[in-house]
Amino acid sequence: MPASVTNFATHFFVTGEPMIYGADVAIVLVSLAILFVLTYFKKWKWLWKEWLTTVDHKKIGIMYLIAALLMMFRGGVDALLMRTQLMLPNGRFLQAQHYNEIFTTHGTLMILFMAMPFIFAMFNIVVPLQIGARDVAFPYLNAISFWLFFVAAMLLNLSFVIGGSPDAGWVSYPPLADLPFDRGPGENFYLLSLQITGIGSMATGLNFFVTIMRMRAPGMTLMRMPLFCWAVLSASVLIIVAFPALTAALALLLIDRVAGAHFFTMLAGGNPMMYVNLFWVWGHPEVYIVVLPAFGVFSEVVATFAKKRVFGYASMVASMMVITVISYLVWLHHFFTMGAGPGVNSFFALASMIIAIPTGVKVFNWLMTLFRGRIRLTPPLLWTLGFVPNFAIGGATGVMLAVAPADYQYHNSYFLIAHFHQVLIGGTVYGMIAGMYYWWPKVFGFLLGERLARHAFWWFNIGFYVCFLPQYFLGYMGMTRRIYTYPPGMGWTTWNFISTLGAYMMGIGFILIAANIVQSALHGVRDTTGDPWDGRTLEWSLPSPAPHYNFARIPTVHSRDAWWEMKEARRRGEPVQESTEPLRPIHMPKSSGRPFILSVLFFVFGFGMTFNWYVMAIIGLLGVGICLVLRSFEFDTDFYIPVHEIEETEAAYGRS
Amino acid sequence: MSVLEQRLPAVDTHDDLPLEYAHEDDALRIFGFWVFLVTDMLLFSCVFATYVILYRHTNMGPTPTQLFDVRGFTAETLILLTSSFTSGIGTYEMRRGHRGALIGWLMVTWILGACFIGLEVSEFVADVASGATMSRSAFLSAFFTLVGMHGCHVSFGLLWMLCLMIQLGVKGITHVTARKVFIVGLYWHFLDVVWVFIFTVVYLIGELS
Repeated sequence: MPASVTNFATHFFVTGEPMIYGADVAIVLVSLAILFVLTYFKKWKWLWKEWLTTVDHKKIGIMYLIAALLMMFRGGVDALLMRTQLMLPNGRFLQAQHYNEIFTTHGTLMILFMAMPFIFAMFNIVVPLQIGARDVAFPYLNAISFWLFFVAAMLLNLSFVIGGSPDAGWVSYPPLADLPFDRGPGENFYLLSLQITGIGSMATGLNFFVTIMRMRAPGMTLMRMPLFCWAVLSASVLIIVAFPALTAALALLLIDRVAGAHFFTMLAGGNPMMYVNLFWVWGHPEVYIVVLPAFGVFSEVVATFAKKRVFGYASMVASMMVITVISYLVWLHHFFTMGAGPGVNSFFALASMIIAIPTGVKVFNWLMTLFRGRIRLTPPLLWTLGFVPNFAIGGATGVMLAVAPADYQYHNSYFLIAHFHQVLIGGTVYGMIAGMYYWWPKVFGFLLGERLARHAFWWFNIGFYVCFLPQYFLGYMGMTRRIYTYPPGMGWTTWNFISTLGAYMMGIGFILIAANIVQSALHGVRDTTGDPWDGRTLEWSLPSPAPHYNFARIPTVHSRDAWWEMKEARRRGEPVQESTEPLRPIHMPKSSGRPFILSVLFFVFGFGMTFNWYVMAIIGLLGVGICLVLRSFEFDTDFYIPVHEIEETEAAYGRS
Repeated sequence: MSVLEQRLPAVDTHDDLPLEYAHEDDALRIFGFWVFLVTDMLLFSCVFATYVILYRHTNMGPTPTQLFDVRGFTAETLILLTSSFTSGIGTYEMRRGHRGALIGWLMVTWILGACFIGLEVSEFVADVASGATMSRSAFLSAFFTLVGMHGCHVSFGLLWMLCLMIQLGVKGITHVTARKVFIVGLYWHFLDVVWVFIFTVVYLIGELS
């Protein structure tokens, strides 16, 4: 083999680590298995027609959900590798460089490729059904959002075996992430994959903002909207105002790296702190973007399983709006140590403390909803109840971190690590898993078995405390984040060992969730009524899974908890709307393969840019442009479902 | 528009509104585009903030005063502002249903936009030829990125307008093409507003400092 080819290959492919070779083999085997299964069962056409080209929000939601669970697995493996390395002093399990790469990909994957798709799964699955709409405002754009996320996730995960993973932390601060200190393609993988998924996220925020503002069923005023929709609305507003800052930060850093500019370099007048500010102008709203939908899930779950209206609906809405505004004004608390001066630090410290108040209001409202309710302790409620003490501790330590002078002590210590895992896992992950259990029957038509679900919850929940409470103490004892090993005799060994055990318990919890899904898919209870929980909001008025046009007749809403009111009216024997109105043809968007192709071309662009192969990048970008022009010239974008077809579908569901 | 659609009762059409707003679907897209403009405005404001932080960091290279050519940027400003005006006339003619006039005014807008891009590119080429490249100083990095980003937006708008002129020629003024022309007009005015800020923050303040 010529020397140049060998040289290229050793740089192109990651070499020298047995675990990486293992991953190479696993990737090849899994890919071959997927190809084989698709070909053997003749499923290619099905895959293309039903999934790759779909613009149906329910199917897009399912794909987001699967992707989020896969990425949670991937990020979770990273976490276990790190905890294994830190279990004992002088760990030799991972090299320093490998450890750097793993904590970088762990953070990036968990925030942008696990939390974001998980909330988008919930957005897509629930929002149109709850507001009585047939799809989102821009279904084609919705498909583009998903596929951009998907190819970006592939791009980032490719770095694992090709070129090398990013290693400058999930925040990727310059000057460390700038060219002189980080030459390899890893950092480019990070910048381009985040940029691509960021475009998709921004489009999703826009899409759901417009959907909720403009497509609610008649009679559903904003103050009659389910609280989950309010949560999505606030998160969408935050996406719209926060993501442009991420786009700017990443773009400028990329320009630094590929065009030799000096935004964030130490030379020629650059200012690295500008990146840090831009990053957190996005980054802090981002944590509220992922936690607000979880709050929305909790509101739905407590109301349903206490069989009561949510306590303090108006104050719930008001707190979410206050959080939305204030979360935009706290970003500097991530770097009080920048030394911005007492005035600036005081402002951000105060804002960070104030934001705990509306959050506290919400927690009290959930508790008051449960108070004297007729409680059914189902898995969704279990995760919700697990969330409350978690968030109370996480919130309290958050206020501790918000005290600027004290933050100089906590900054970058394990105390911080414990805090943000407590709010992000305890808030977002618990909320999303609660939502998954809650809406699973609506999406798939069967319930997830309760016995395994309880085991999963307790393993995960107890494991969580065993894992993260010791990290508060480690922080107090001076252990800083991102160190890959530590000497014995620091007094850290015991706590680290316990923490690692907790991490493995959480891993078992995750495996049990997966087992729960598999077991219930095979033997689960079918949901034949469409309303297995005796729900309160409109999605439960539909059969499970919902027909692709959702509502045969758009319902008219007269109050909050619209479906509950309809059921009450029916119990009282009052006439119901459904039987009185004739069916009309339904206007639906056509499927399109272009969102998928466009995203693949974005991948080509991103891959080319990552390796500075500009010809490839330009080809990708031109392809994207051609896709946009083709779309502009496409006029035949939607169709009508005729009445007889709706009648047949409804009859198949046993509804008239 | 499909045959079916014409036979349907016009529940979601409003005849009292201008054509581009008459269908619920089109009104939705116009609203969505306003929201998009919010994100784009915020993107620009982040880069503006970066420019304002960095524009004094000239690294002993060319300063704004040395670099900027008053006649060049004045001409660019006048041309772009005029193009915004002509695009407005285009929308006016569209509302009156004059397809020829609409295409004509879009053409004028397009030519003015192309002149603007031409001037900007020649300005950039001259700067680079004099050694003022992006990697010379933080000020120049920020200058080229901010102004270049606006230029890319304008160029994208030109491509877009070209597509619309063809569609207008083929399809005439329908509710779909009317909505598209209206949206590209919003985009064009937005870029004009951004340019007013570039003119003030970059060029005027640069000349004064």
